[in-house]
Amino acid sequence: MPAAAIEGTFLSKRFGALQVLKSVNLSVAAGEILGVVGPNGAGKTTLFGVLAGALRPTEGRVLLEGRDVTAASAARRCRLGIARTHQVPRPFLGMSVFENVLAAAAFGGGLAGPAAQQGAADALRRSGLGVHADRPAASLGLLDRKRLELARALATRPRVILLDEIGGGLTEAELDILVALIGDLKEDGMAVVWIEHILHTLLRAIDRLVCMADGRVIAVGEPRAVMADETVMRAYLGGVG
Amino acid sequence: MLDAIVQGILLGGYYAILAAGLSLMFGVVRFINLAHGDLAVLGAYLALFCVERLGLQVWLSVAATLPIMAALGWFLQAAIFARTLRAGILLPLLATFGLGALLQNGMFGLFGSDTKSLGNHIGSLSWSSWQLPLDVSIGKLPTFTFVVAVLVLGALHQFLARTKVGRAIRATSIDAEAAELVGVEAARIHRVAAAVAVALAALAGVFLAMRALITPYAGPAQLIFAFESVVIGGIGSLWGTLVGGIVLGVAQSLGAWLSPQFFQLAGHLIFLAVLGVRLWRTHVAEHGGWRSAVLGART
Repeated sequence: MPAAAIEGTFLSKRFGALQVLKSVNLSVAAGEILGVVGPNGAGKTTLFGVLAGALRPTEGRVLLEGRDVTAASAARRCRLGIARTHQVPRPFLGMSVFENVLAAAAFGGGLAGPAAQQGAADALRRSGLGVHADRPAASLGLLDRKRLELARALATRPRVILLDEIGGGLTEAELDILVALIGDLKEDGMAVVWIEHILHTLLRAIDRLVCMADGRVIAVGEPRAVMADETVMRAYLGGVG
Repeated sequence: MLDAIVQGILLGGYYAILAAGLSLMFGVVRFINLAHGDLAVLGAYLALFCVERLGLQVWLSVAATLPIMAALGWFLQAAIFARTLRAGILLPLLATFGLGALLQNGMFGLFGSDTKSLGNHIGSLSWSSWQLPLDVSIGKLPTFTFVVAVLVLGALHQFLARTKVGRAIRATSIDAEAAELVGVEAARIHRVAAAVAVALAALAGVFLAMRALITPYAGPAQLIFAFESVVIGGIGSLWGTLVGGIVLGVAQSLGAWLSPQFFQLAGHLIFLAVLGVRLWRTHVAEHGGWRSAVLGART
């Protein structure tokens, strides 16, 4: 069996007395879409921080295609193939939309000159931002800022992409486009991990589902089976743990 | 008076070179380097050393000094500045204040307390001038300094706007963490910025030593002028530092035109005036203008 595209083993993260992740195991294959759900404060975004390198796990390891990247910085992991979008978009204000994505293509994507320009243009087109390339990033509304997050992530030519609530606030039609795009990424052999609260959209796109609560993975497997799981119903829908 | 204004504008070119490095460090690394003026003086002494001890031609000495000082900036960022940044806002100030004292006393130990100048190594450039109508004479060295300032700021602007590393510097200054997530190693970009900043300080120091006499303790005064230019011009704006430098230079030279003692005082006063207007505007934006101050807050 080939190594998983990305794998986290026994990941724990503690902020002082607060333990946000408790021995989380997770593995995603190339060409697989893994959904992540769970109530607020379950540790989903912290998990992304640990996988992408913004946070160092207190315990556990992160493997990218079998290679231990636990000690690697976020920038290094990005160049090795892990991309992430933020729940609250963080565009480089004061730069144009195109420059935002060009920086990602040149550094994260390791492209130079015309190839970087082409890579940035492709990522913008795929994210539906092509027409806004020359606008200042600061002039974009929330939805376009989310698209810019995605475009920047794609421009780094990732093999693993971590999407943090990218669908929030989109219309049904826009969600359809997003699901189609994420399907394309899967076809390209990318491993996708997608945190999302919009369940019906998420369930349409994903191969497997993880439910987190209180820093642990409480269920993992076939999406509908996970949603039907009694612990999940209680933690996620009932709201009482 | 017209003459004083022209001299002030040209002096602004020197301040702009000095202030650009300080502004870059603050904008990109969020770091206030209190040793900036001392590093400028160190650059001047290094160029002097190359000329007097190694017998190098003066412009060759400057060309050798800048990369050495850039390397020093890179090293300082890696070894000292980056470490202090992790410990809050006070430690960078204390550390660079200490670095400044170290540099001053180190230069005193190595070069002695005699005043020195590069002026007598650049021939007639240091004193000759062009005579213009209306009783205005412009010195060749101040003009040259101003032209270099415009060229350096222009080159820096193009570097930031158009190159891959320049884009990464801007991205890092806007959001270092997000920059990491698109593959930009922020710590490395910070070292690049520090290298450029210290090289700019050294360039300013060289021009200072050509124009005037320097001592190992000349740094702090230069730091204040750099700070004032940055604040007047607006933090984080390259062309703003040129405007700030010019405003400061014109104020100083108009002050000196009134009376020689007013040179520094006039500069400080214009700085305080600009700062006061800024603070007042912020206050107005947050609490309303004089009308509400007079009438009392009504909510």
